[in-house]
Amino acid sequence: MKMNPLVVEQMTVAYDRQLVLEDVSFFIPKGKLVGVIGPNGAGKSTLMKAMLNFIPRMHGHVFVYGQPYEKQRHLVGYVPQRNSVDWDFPTNALDVVLMGRYGHIGLWKRPKKEDVDMAMQCLDKVGMLPYAKRQISQLSGGQQQRVFLARALAQDASIYFMDEPFVGVDAATEKAIVQLLNELKTRGKTVLVVHHDLQTVRDYFDYVLLLNKRVIAFGETESVFTYDHIQKTYGGKVTFLSSTHIVG
Amino acid sequence: MNRMDINVQWVFTSMALLGLASGMIGTFALLKKQSLIGDAMAHAALPGICIAFLLYGQKSLLLFLIGAACSGYIATICIQFIVKHTRVKEDAAIGIVLSVFFGLGIVLLTWINQHEGGNQSGIHDFLFGKAASLTGSDVNVLTVTAVTVIIMILIFFKEFKIITFDRAFAQGIGISVSLLNGVLMFLIVSVVVIGLQAVGVVLMSALLITPALAARYWTEKLEWMTLLAGGFGALSGVAGAYISLIAYAPTGPLVIIFATMLFIFSFLFAPKRGLCSKMIRRHIERKKLQSQQLMYKRGEQL
Amino acid sequence: MSYTMWILLTASLVGINCGLVGTFLVLRKMSMLSDAISHSVLLGIVGAYMISHHLQGVSMLVGALIVGLLTTFLVQWLHQKGVQNDAAIGVVFTCLFAIGVVLISLFADRVHLDVEHALMGEIAFVPWDVLEVGGKSIGPKAIWLLGFVLAINIFCIVFAYKELKISSFDHEMAVTLGIPVVLIHYVLMGMLSLTTVASFDSVGAILVVAMLIVPSATAYLWTDRLSVMLICSAFIGVLASMIGYTIATVFNVSISGAIAVSTGVIFFISLWIAPKYGLLRKWLKKSPA
Repeated sequence: MKMNPLVVEQMTVAYDRQLVLEDVSFFIPKGKLVGVIGPNGAGKSTLMKAMLNFIPRMHGHVFVYGQPYEKQRHLVGYVPQRNSVDWDFPTNALDVVLMGRYGHIGLWKRPKKEDVDMAMQCLDKVGMLPYAKRQISQLSGGQQQRVFLARALAQDASIYFMDEPFVGVDAATEKAIVQLLNELKTRGKTVLVVHHDLQTVRDYFDYVLLLNKRVIAFGETESVFTYDHIQKTYGGKVTFLSSTHIVG
Repeated sequence: MNRMDINVQWVFTSMALLGLASGMIGTFALLKKQSLIGDAMAHAALPGICIAFLLYGQKSLLLFLIGAACSGYIATICIQFIVKHTRVKEDAAIGIVLSVFFGLGIVLLTWINQHEGGNQSGIHDFLFGKAASLTGSDVNVLTVTAVTVIIMILIFFKEFKIITFDRAFAQGIGISVSLLNGVLMFLIVSVVVIGLQAVGVVLMSALLITPALAARYWTEKLEWMTLLAGGFGALSGVAGAYISLIAYAPTGPLVIIFATMLFIFSFLFAPKRGLCSKMIRRHIERKKLQSQQLMYKRGEQL
Repeated sequence: MSYTMWILLTASLVGINCGLVGTFLVLRKMSMLSDAISHSVLLGIVGAYMISHHLQGVSMLVGALIVGLLTTFLVQWLHQKGVQNDAAIGVVFTCLFAIGVVLISLFADRVHLDVEHALMGEIAFVPWDVLEVGGKSIGPKAIWLLGFVLAINIFCIVFAYKELKISSFDHEMAVTLGIPVVLIHYVLMGMLSLTTVASFDSVGAILVVAMLIVPSATAYLWTDRLSVMLICSAFIGVLASMIGYTIATVFNVSISGAIAVSTGVIFFISLWIAPKYGLLRKWLKKSPA
């Protein structure tokens, strides 16, 4: 079981006195798109940050292809929330994508022509090639998100963590993201996406992780994304969903 | 009582009052996350003081105060303007205004020294602080200002509390936030100006925030925090003045070192919020959690 | 070389050094850390003097480096322990500065150093304090010191350009890529400390802050490329030195003060006329004729 791309064992995270995540365990098989679903404050972003060691874990382990995450950093790509960086930074879209290559280029070395070519290809895949030289603050929110995704592509990792990539983007970008997710999947990548919109869960994800401080349910979307589980996750506050989106 | 004793008394009284006023007003500066604004204002006061001297031709603490208040106010406007209208962020805006205003002050100061026989101006004491140089009339102005500031804080306490905690809500219930912010800024500038002569440009910001920061560790109530910060400030002022008297070292830095020691003590040992009690608590909770998990596991095995 | 040339060269070297380091400070929103380090470095200089009993270049650099890194470390640590960032900076540097001042006053008879000098600097004396090798003068000490620090700065920036860039832009991404962000942070702070102490002696603490922040913030208004921003802010630093020196000689006022004012004037003009981010253009755009 440990050879799965991602295995999380009994992870507990606390800020000061409050437990934010309690005893979270799950494992993800190769080549799956996984939606992380839960209400605000359920610890979705915290889960990603704790897996990546940005915040200390009180307890628990993260294994990537059978090895502790610390040894396998290069296999994991992270797409943070768009507002986590300062978009006034003096740089252009191509440059940001090129940053995804830094792990491959190696410390203290310069990017080569192949890296630039690859970055261009990644920009092309998200439909951003015409904007390669544009300063990043001049891009729309959706375009910025696509630049971030292109950067993740350029990183060429095996597992991706994406924190709310669909928030505040236009329809074109949403479509581009979905396409990209499917492409990653066909290339055998494993993708974990923090997601808000319950309506689209069935369409986008193979697996779901329903989270509210603890794992409420985890498994294939078909069997796990049920009315009962969602009610349990959201504390009975979800009433607006039509039955077409949910089984049961 | 000889003259020496009177001077010492002056210094003690003014340091205590200054510490009290700056600790109290500093509480609000700290909670509004404007600790470094105090630093900017202390530096920005210098050109105002110099211009006041150039216009009036001799030292007058009251006029210096007005001059400093004007340039301090202009400095705040500049910072807000830069942040609002350019891509330059607040930290850089503060740095720009602070250093450029101070540079202008130094230029004016050297001009005064060249042209106006400024060695008698006493402006120099404002740069580095010299509590011992306080004269009777200085002490009068200082006392009046400090007491006024304290009274103003007491009068507007409720309003300051709400604009510090929740600006939008304050606006919603019809409080004029910009006016009160202006009043608060003016009080901070006033304290900065009377403090400059005692502790100097660089250390003035510490007199505002260090006692307030120390007080933060002991209480969760703004009322107590304000009082405690004032008390810490006054204590630091008197202690610093006393040590400086027996050790023949400058007053200002000693006041700040004493205040910092109060902060370190509070930071480490305050009940509830202090580092030590936090660590002990975390340790206990971890133990509790571990034993809980152990129980779960045993339950599962059974 | 003439007296004026030496002073201009000194001021320009300060401008270039500060422009390079300041760019990263402005982008990382750490401008006020330069205010902190420029003041606390005083303690490093006094400490170095008390241990080595002279004020020569190397011991001063080492002392400043230690105290500079200590300042950064303490600020970071307090911040981690829940003190808000601005307050942490304010408490740490004022305390270290205060200790420095007290030490100077206690050993005043033995230390050739005063607080006024430290705050305002004395660039006018730079050309007289020359370095002699084998009895021959090879130029002012300050020039050598600044040149040495410039070499270090350029080396670090060229060597770690891509690492500095990504850790400034997206800290978390840099961590996941395995970039040693903590090392990079302390290298930058080391560069800042060295730059500060080398500039400190000739131009004083406040001008260091002006030179670090204002030209970089000005360059930030002019360009969208990091490499251009670095060059641009170094250039603005040099320009401000020239203008400031001219003003200072004409009106017979403090050189470092005049340079600080010049940086401010250049910033103010750029604020309006900068091509992309200037206010004039923004306002013209808003009201098309």
